[in-house]
Amino acid sequence: MSAVVAVAGLTLAACGGGGESGSKNLVARAKDDKKITIGIKFDQPGLGLQTQSGKPEGFDVDVAKYIAKELGVEESGITWKEAQSAERENLIEKGDVDFIVATYSITDKRKEKVAFAGPYFVAGQGLLVRADNTDITGNTALNGKKLCSVKGSTPAQKIKDEFSKEAQLQEYGKYSDCITALENGSIDAVTTDDVILAGFAAKSPGKFKLVGEAFSKENYGVGLKKDDAESRTAIANAITKMQTDGAWKKSLETNVGPSGYKIPEPSPLTEK
Amino acid sequence: MFDFLGDYDILGAFWTTVQLAALSAVGSLVWGTILAGMRVSPVPIMRGFGTAYVNVVRNIPLTVIIFFCSIGLASTLAVNLAPQDSPTFIIDNSFRLAVLGFVAYTSTFVCESLRSGINTVPVGQAEAARALGLSFTQVLRIIVLPQAFRSVIAPLASVLIALIKNTTVASIIGVAEASLLMAEMIENESDAIILVFSVFALGFVLLTLPVGLLLGWVAKKVAVKR
Repeated sequence: MSAVVAVAGLTLAACGGGGESGSKNLVARAKDDKKITIGIKFDQPGLGLQTQSGKPEGFDVDVAKYIAKELGVEESGITWKEAQSAERENLIEKGDVDFIVATYSITDKRKEKVAFAGPYFVAGQGLLVRADNTDITGNTALNGKKLCSVKGSTPAQKIKDEFSKEAQLQEYGKYSDCITALENGSIDAVTTDDVILAGFAAKSPGKFKLVGEAFSKENYGVGLKKDDAESRTAIANAITKMQTDGAWKKSLETNVGPSGYKIPEPSPLTEK
Repeated sequence: MFDFLGDYDILGAFWTTVQLAALSAVGSLVWGTILAGMRVSPVPIMRGFGTAYVNVVRNIPLTVIIFFCSIGLASTLAVNLAPQDSPTFIIDNSFRLAVLGFVAYTSTFVCESLRSGINTVPVGQAEAARALGLSFTQVLRIIVLPQAFRSVIAPLASVLIALIKNTTVASIIGVAEASLLMAEMIENESDAIILVFSVFALGFVLLTLPVGLLLGWVAKKVAVKR
C-alpha cells in the first residue's frame, strides 16, 4: 500500500501539483482538527519501528509524540505513515504528512525543498562489530576489512570515497540484511549513523558492540513544509522543551541505552 | 539543470549492467538449452528433473533468488565465487553470484521458449532421423534444435529484454550496476528526482530497443517457412 502511495506521490510531484490541504498552517490545523499525520521509519529498531501490534516505537516516535502533544494532539489523533529515505521530500511537499521524524539529516540540498526544525539529535557515522571482535577498534583499523551499509546511502558513499582502497564495501537493501551478514561472519562491520547501529545492538543485547570515534556529523531535524515558519518555531520550541524536561534523555536511555551507547548532551538548535 | 549528471559515472554503471546482462544471457542460453533437452528426452528421471526445476525456479521471485545467492549461499553457506583474500573480493563475488542467480532464473524461460520451438518441428522429421540410426542427442543437435532455434528468436528476444531490465535487481546485493547508482543519485539529488529517473529510464530504453529491433529483424530473416 505504501509503495502505491509513494509511486502516486512521485507521479503527482512530476506534474508540479503541491496539493495544499487548506490554507491553514500546521499549528492551526492541529489545534482545530486534533489530528496529525507524521512520517517515521518503520524498520529501524530503537528509532522508528513498526511493532507486531501495529504501534510504532523508538526515539524518533517519542520525539514525534512529544511534538504532537505540544501542538495539542493526543496520541490517538496521530496517523503514522512510513517515510522511506528517498520519498521524504515528496511526502512533505505534497502534504501527505504534516512533518517527518525519521533520522532525517539536515542538508543544504534538502533545505531547498523543505524546512527543518532542530537538530533534535546529532549522530555520527559509527561502526558496529560482533561483541567478540577485537581487531577493529576504529576507522583507522579498516585495512582489508569488509564493511556493510545500505545501498546508495550517504554512509556507504563516505566509505567508498574515503576508505574504499583499504576496506571493501558490501551494499544491501536494508540495514537488517547487513546485521544478518555481520551475525554469520561474512562481514566484519556494519557502518552507518551510530544511533541507528545502537538501536540494532540494543535489540539483540550481547551480540554486537559499537567501536571507535564517530567520523562524521549528522544533524537530525524534523522536516516540514518550507514557508511554514510559525509551525517550525512551534516544533523547535517543543524539541527544546523535551530536551530540558528530561523526556528526551529518558527516551534515549530506554531505546538505545541497552547497547552501551553513550547518550550525549543535547546540542543547541540551529533551525528554529 | 543537467550539470550534476557529470559528477556520476553513469556510463560506467550502465557498462556493468551490460556485462551482467551479456554474461547472464550466454549462461542462460546454455543452461536453458540443456534443460529443454532434458524436458524432451526419453529418460524419465531427466524429464522429471527438467520439469521440476523449471516449474520451481520460474515461480520464485527473482528478488528472492538473487538475495538468496548473497545471504544464503555466500554469507551463510560460505559458497563463494571469488578468492576470499582478494582485495576486490566483495565486488567480484557479488557480481558472480548475481550472474549465477540470473542464469538460474532466466534459463527456465529460455527452456520453455525453446520447448515451444521444438514443438514446431514436425514429428516426422525426428522419426525419420531415428530411422536413419541417429541417437537422441544427434537427432536433437542436428535435426530438431537448429530448426527450433530459428522459430523462437522473437520470444527469446523478449526473454533477453526482460533479463536486461531484471539486472536492476542485482542492486539489492550491492552490484554496482545502473540502479545502484540511481539509488545513490536519489539520495544526493533530492531536488531532481524526476530527472534522475528519466535518465535511467532512457538508458534502459537505449539498451533494450535496439535488441528488440535487431532480433525482430533476424527472426523474420531466419524463420523456417512451412
